[in-house]
Amino acid sequence: MSRTGVFVCHCGSNIAGALDVERVAAAAGKLPGVRYAASYKYMCSEQGQQLVKDAIAEHELDRIVIASCSPRMHENTFRKLLKDTPVNPYMLEIANIREQCAWVHADREQATEKAVDLVRMAVAKVAKNKPLHSSFIPVHKKALVIGAGIAGIQAALDIADAGYEVTLLEKESSIGGHMVMLDKTFPTLDCSACISTPKMSEVAAHPNITLMTGSTVESVGGYVGNFDVAIRQKARYVNHDICTGCGLCETKCPAKVTSEFNQALCTRTAVFRPFPQAVPAKPVIDPESCRKLIGKAKCGVCQAVCPLGAIDFEDKDKLITDTYGAIVVATGYELVDWAPLYPEYGGGKYSDVITGLQYERLVNASGPTEGKILRPSDKSVPKDVVIVKCVGSRDKKKGRAYCSRACCMYSAKHAHQILEKIPGARVTVFYMDVRTPGKNYEEFYDRAREDGARYVRGRVAKIFRENGKLICRGEDTLLGRGVEVPADMVILETAMTPAQDIRELCAKLTISTDEYGWVQEAHPKLRPVETQTAGVYLAGACQGPKDIPDTVAQAGAAAAKVCILFSKNEIEGSPMISAVDENKCCGCSACVRVCPYRAVMLEEIDSRELSGAVKRQVARVNAGLCQGCGACAASCRTGAIDLLGFTNAQILKEVDALCL
Amino acid sequence: MPVNKKWMPKILAFCCNWCTYTGADLAGLNRMKYPADVRVLRVPCSSRVNPQFVLRAFQKGCDGVMVCGCHPGDCHYTSGNYYTRRRFMVLKEMLEFNGIEPERFQTRWISGSEAAKFRDTVAEVSELVTKLGPNTVFNERRAENV
Ligand SMILES: Cc1cc2nc3c(=O)[nH]c(=O)nc-3n(C[C@H](O)[C@H](O)[C@H](O)COP(=O)(O)OP(=O)(O)OC[C@H]3O[C@@H](n4cnc5c(N)ncnc54)[C@H](O)[C@@H]3O)c2cc1C
Repeated sequence: MSRTGVFVCHCGSNIAGALDVERVAAAAGKLPGVRYAASYKYMCSEQGQQLVKDAIAEHELDRIVIASCSPRMHENTFRKLLKDTPVNPYMLEIANIREQCAWVHADREQATEKAVDLVRMAVAKVAKNKPLHSSFIPVHKKALVIGAGIAGIQAALDIADAGYEVTLLEKESSIGGHMVMLDKTFPTLDCSACISTPKMSEVAAHPNITLMTGSTVESVGGYVGNFDVAIRQKARYVNHDICTGCGLCETKCPAKVTSEFNQALCTRTAVFRPFPQAVPAKPVIDPESCRKLIGKAKCGVCQAVCPLGAIDFEDKDKLITDTYGAIVVATGYELVDWAPLYPEYGGGKYSDVITGLQYERLVNASGPTEGKILRPSDKSVPKDVVIVKCVGSRDKKKGRAYCSRACCMYSAKHAHQILEKIPGARVTVFYMDVRTPGKNYEEFYDRAREDGARYVRGRVAKIFRENGKLICRGEDTLLGRGVEVPADMVILETAMTPAQDIRELCAKLTISTDEYGWVQEAHPKLRPVETQTAGVYLAGACQGPKDIPDTVAQAGAAAAKVCILFSKNEIEGSPMISAVDENKCCGCSACVRVCPYRAVMLEEIDSRELSGAVKRQVARVNAGLCQGCGACAASCRTGAIDLLGFTNAQILKEVDALCL
Repeated sequence: MPVNKKWMPKILAFCCNWCTYTGADLAGLNRMKYPADVRVLRVPCSSRVNPQFVLRAFQKGCDGVMVCGCHPGDCHYTSGNYYTRRRFMVLKEMLEFNGIEPERFQTRWISGSEAAKFRDTVAEVSELVTKLGPNTVFNERRAENV
């Protein structure tokens, strides 16, 4: 028989004013297994807690029920108190007689009766409680950062500066992401490369950072503190241990393909660095355009000219595995493929209708035109430029209801730059709204208008060619009439969308995305850089469209979270997780399928049956992964898997006690 | 229960810790008033609720049962309430087949901020079940069997 103590809290007059606490305590005293029942003014106070401790000693109590406020309020307080007593902290149940009784019922009699019921349910449940013990999981103090845009770079630097080892993973052959493609950055118009390339070099030189470019995540196993990650590093065909990055091979390579970095505005070679300040500063061979590797020609010119013999056509993909304590997802964004979505804008057939990112390359001093704004078709200087905002965003018909967030500001930047660089230029910006909620942002937008940018409120319905001009036809919704603006060049400020393979990556990490593929944070306000998987954090535009200041802030926050985790040698796991009774388990795997955390797996065990020794499959719970939802327990056909703290037996006892 | 008192149903509400239980706490914090015939049983997730628990409650004479969780898509554990939804769609039909009025069993999605929805739901279910009167289905069956 259990030896339960019941303590009824008055909570001043919060509870005592609404129901008869003495009657509740008296009724509790008569319940089976209850050895002691009392009421007190404030159970959570020091004196209240002492009362519990004294009663445990005096009456040799082995479990406790506190009838008080919500367990969400003080369950931990009382668990902590039990740590100093012989009673296990999990031999405790709370009857919520304040929020869910005293405060919501006007009738004193009814409230008192309900409180008695709630206490009876708690007493019945606690009789079935078992002592539980936390498991301690060691923390492997090495972090993996996935994606090396400014978010990943900043997070990696912060974690590394705190003294922990970091592997920074980037799928392209250089780190830098979108920021290095940009020319100047709003609102201060400082040169993007000047502020990002020093950080890139710092990453390359940092003793705590291992850089892995051309690499992606192959698989992820394990759990917080102990993720086992397999990384695929694509064959580079250039031995970077030998290569000095002299660049001779690049000058001799005969293959020319469109340059991704320059947004298809010029070409690159097959052996290439995407841009001059690439990190690592050594080329790789793109097997899809190399004449030798696709087998079209003997070629091998690079190999012939390399003075060090660094070219290696036999190079293979490598699979590298390591263990990480924490993972930061920083995979950034891509721009929507606008052409198929917008046949009304020519669907890509007009070469002078370009994207904002193409414009960034055009205006950049190290870009294809060395910073001169020349339109792609005939390399002439455009005088009339139309900027169209919200292309692919804020439009459910085009598949995206969200705002792309950075475009209002960078279109003001584009307008300002054109007006500054091209004398006599006329810039028209088609907009739906102008959103500038950031420090110095509204001022920046004002400046673009003062420079002479003409803002027309409305969407562009059609772009077509007439008399050598691109005509942008739309509606000026403020004047309520149609407008046609002739242009030499049109810049589409296209929507950010999540990285292409993001869903695949998230599935590997067991984290979720929203309907578009943006990575889901654990809580939109209170846990913005955590995910629902412990030990996996996020930073930057992978979570949703954002500009550089917000991206960098998030990266710092994610790094801080990693450092908090790494400040401990081991973490205490909740013991209220699922457990399997192997004798009852039939290996049907229903639990494996319902688990959202992949915490349950089938394992083969040796078992003795009537027919002799056999091997059979049983479910096993990974304590590091299980979050204690109990979906498995409800799915189990034989009752073999159960949730500790909320077992079938505990809940059924509670149900029975209510129906008495 | 003294016989002279007005009959009050017993309604059991399984509430998930993250949404509905929090919403119920918030109703208290806001001093909202609702009928005193509901008793909340806290579970981590609505997907923890085995249909067997619901059956047991009805068998033992509970007059109404609610299973409440986060809104679909908002589950603290990502996907739990989808299982809940499917499981209890099946159970509801089975309960009906067994002669239990469908109004006695309700699955509802109530978030942590929807205190008023919690109050209104309890009031609604309480009224429905009060109208139906005591659940005697299993009592009668037990009596028939002897
Ligand atoms: C035209 C334009 C102009 C802009 N101008 C400004 C401006 O002036 N000021 C400003 O503040 N912001 C500006 N922005 C916004 C800015 O680009 C972003 O805020 C910023 O680049 C986001 O950084 P990030 O690191 O989150 O993402 P990214 O820069 O996209 O970096 C993500 C990195 O992750 C890599 N990656 C993706 N998936 C994987 C994977 N599975 N495995 C490994 N690696 C992966 C990518 O290759 C990339 O290197 C502009 C954006 C555009 C489109």
